[in-house]
Amino acid sequence: MAAYLARRLVQSVLILLGVSLITFLLLYVLPADPVRQIAGRSATPETVENIRRQLGLDQPFLVQYGRYLWGLLHGDMGRSYLQKTEVAALVASRLPATLLLMLGAILSELVIGLSMGIAAAVWRGKWPDQVLMMTSFITVSAPQFVVSLLMLYVFAVQLRWFPIGGYGTFAHLVLPALTLGILGSGWYARMMRSSMIDVLRTDFIRTARAKGLSRSRVVLRHGLPNAILPVIAMIGIDIGIFMGGIVVVESVFGWPGIGQLAWQAIQRVDIPIIMGVTLVSACAIVLGNLLADVLAPFIDPRIKLR
Amino acid sequence: MANGSVVSAARPAGVISRLAKHKPAVFGALVILGIVAAAILAPMIAPFAPDDQMFDGLTLEGAPMPPDGKFLMGTDLLGRDLFSRILYGARTSLVIGVVANGLALLIGTLVGLTAGYFGGWISAVLMRLTDLMMAFPALLLAICLAAIFQPSLWIVALVIALVNWVQTARVIYAETTAIAARDFIAAERTLGAGTGRILFRHILPHLMPTIIVWGTLGISTTVLLEATLSFLGVGVQPPTPSWGNIIFENQTYFQSAPWLVFIPGAAIILLALAFNLVGDALRDVLDPTQRGRA
Repeated sequence: MAAYLARRLVQSVLILLGVSLITFLLLYVLPADPVRQIAGRSATPETVENIRRQLGLDQPFLVQYGRYLWGLLHGDMGRSYLQKTEVAALVASRLPATLLLMLGAILSELVIGLSMGIAAAVWRGKWPDQVLMMTSFITVSAPQFVVSLLMLYVFAVQLRWFPIGGYGTFAHLVLPALTLGILGSGWYARMMRSSMIDVLRTDFIRTARAKGLSRSRVVLRHGLPNAILPVIAMIGIDIGIFMGGIVVVESVFGWPGIGQLAWQAIQRVDIPIIMGVTLVSACAIVLGNLLADVLAPFIDPRIKLR
Repeated sequence: MANGSVVSAARPAGVISRLAKHKPAVFGALVILGIVAAAILAPMIAPFAPDDQMFDGLTLEGAPMPPDGKFLMGTDLLGRDLFSRILYGARTSLVIGVVANGLALLIGTLVGLTAGYFGGWISAVLMRLTDLMMAFPALLLAICLAAIFQPSLWIVALVIALVNWVQTARVIYAETTAIAARDFIAAERTLGAGTGRILFRHILPHLMPTIIVWGTLGISTTVLLEATLSFLGVGVQPPTPSWGNIIFENQTYFQSAPWLVFIPGAAIILLALAFNLVGDALRDVLDPTQRGRA
């Protein structure tokens, strides 16, 4: 276990190094010039060159990348080109909002998805199953921004139950978390359904029923604890999926997390921020996948870590 | 694609008759047919030109017109007929869906096939590369690339392909290693078949069911990604209508003219849903190991 973990951690660091290199390279070769953005349209060529030299952007690629890595080792992610703030500080100030949204989103995904999955398994093949599975297909086919706007229109504009965007109170969290919850629920519902169907087929469930226990008690007290485990193991993967889509939801709901930070930075070609957010998101994805793999043998002892 | 061996691998007649019993798949196929027809026939069906800013397309206050007898789906913020723009937008979605997804499928298949067949350091390098791509926040990467290039239809398709090939590569890799280890491949090699012949005449046909399934499901992912990029304003650029950029252009009116957001939104969901339904049914029918599981 310890050896496995050590090897996976080394692999993860290598993957993150690769992500940093590719992102850095992409931002280096792309035609957008950050110096032009900083200097403004009316700047003289000398000013432009001065800024370029100050930022070290006149150096060859490897020197720039080496400096960046050296900084990273010391916890320094560089400074924003436009805000002159430390990127590490900016990301750190935005991260709590994103983590809060992640918590809310995964909780609502689990509540909605697991209930759908259990109901579908219990009524397998009957109309509730068909309706629920069709619903799960619709949720995986819906783009985040459409559902976000729909939720805003119904619950903020028409019903006025929740604020139309922003951050601060629990009411602000409800709509974005619920949007992500609905979108992610289809995925959990399908996993929960097949896991529950497998469990309900086993002998101990038949014994429990034969003993005279009610159907609902058997499903919830005997079936659920067993069926839920493989689904729980997937939360790690879900963290990665969440991080991948954070930009859209945060922009639509005006949620001040790292996704919104990245979106603003992309529009202004503020490269250090783009780098920083990409690396933090990649970290979360890698850690989430690692979590899923490490949890797997605890949940199913037949799985051996190699 | 139209390879004789596919017939033996999957028996199209059997596939279609089994698909026909699958009601959601039939619904999906009809929706796809409908949208393809609408896209092809757009110039004939559309009541107005998609970029015609009509004088009577706005209210006296300059706001978009709600749906009525003349403008079936209302008009947008510039007084253009929404129904016509939706019809032409279907072309954008389908072109990107087919081109970007085809490209992603091609890259994924080539990477997976090469890594799976040759093994050794080639596979090590290629599969570490896919691990790396899996760790990328894909949407962030796509937005970044699309925003920094001047986005055109083809750039958007390319960006989507660059982000979307990874899953296919992993699946094809796993299947290729399994097929390459089987006796008939060793027999072919002993008989003197060249690498190219083995790869494309003997292994590829066995991969066709997987490629077809992933190709179908992938169109839905592609359509969603294009819509998202266009919604953020870094995808297909107006005035070329795309369902995503119709929402992008009109989102300031979304409180007073919600049809401008929800009609194109519904169109996106319908198209993505249709490809998901057909792809899922194809997986049931083509992949015997998956049958009856879900």
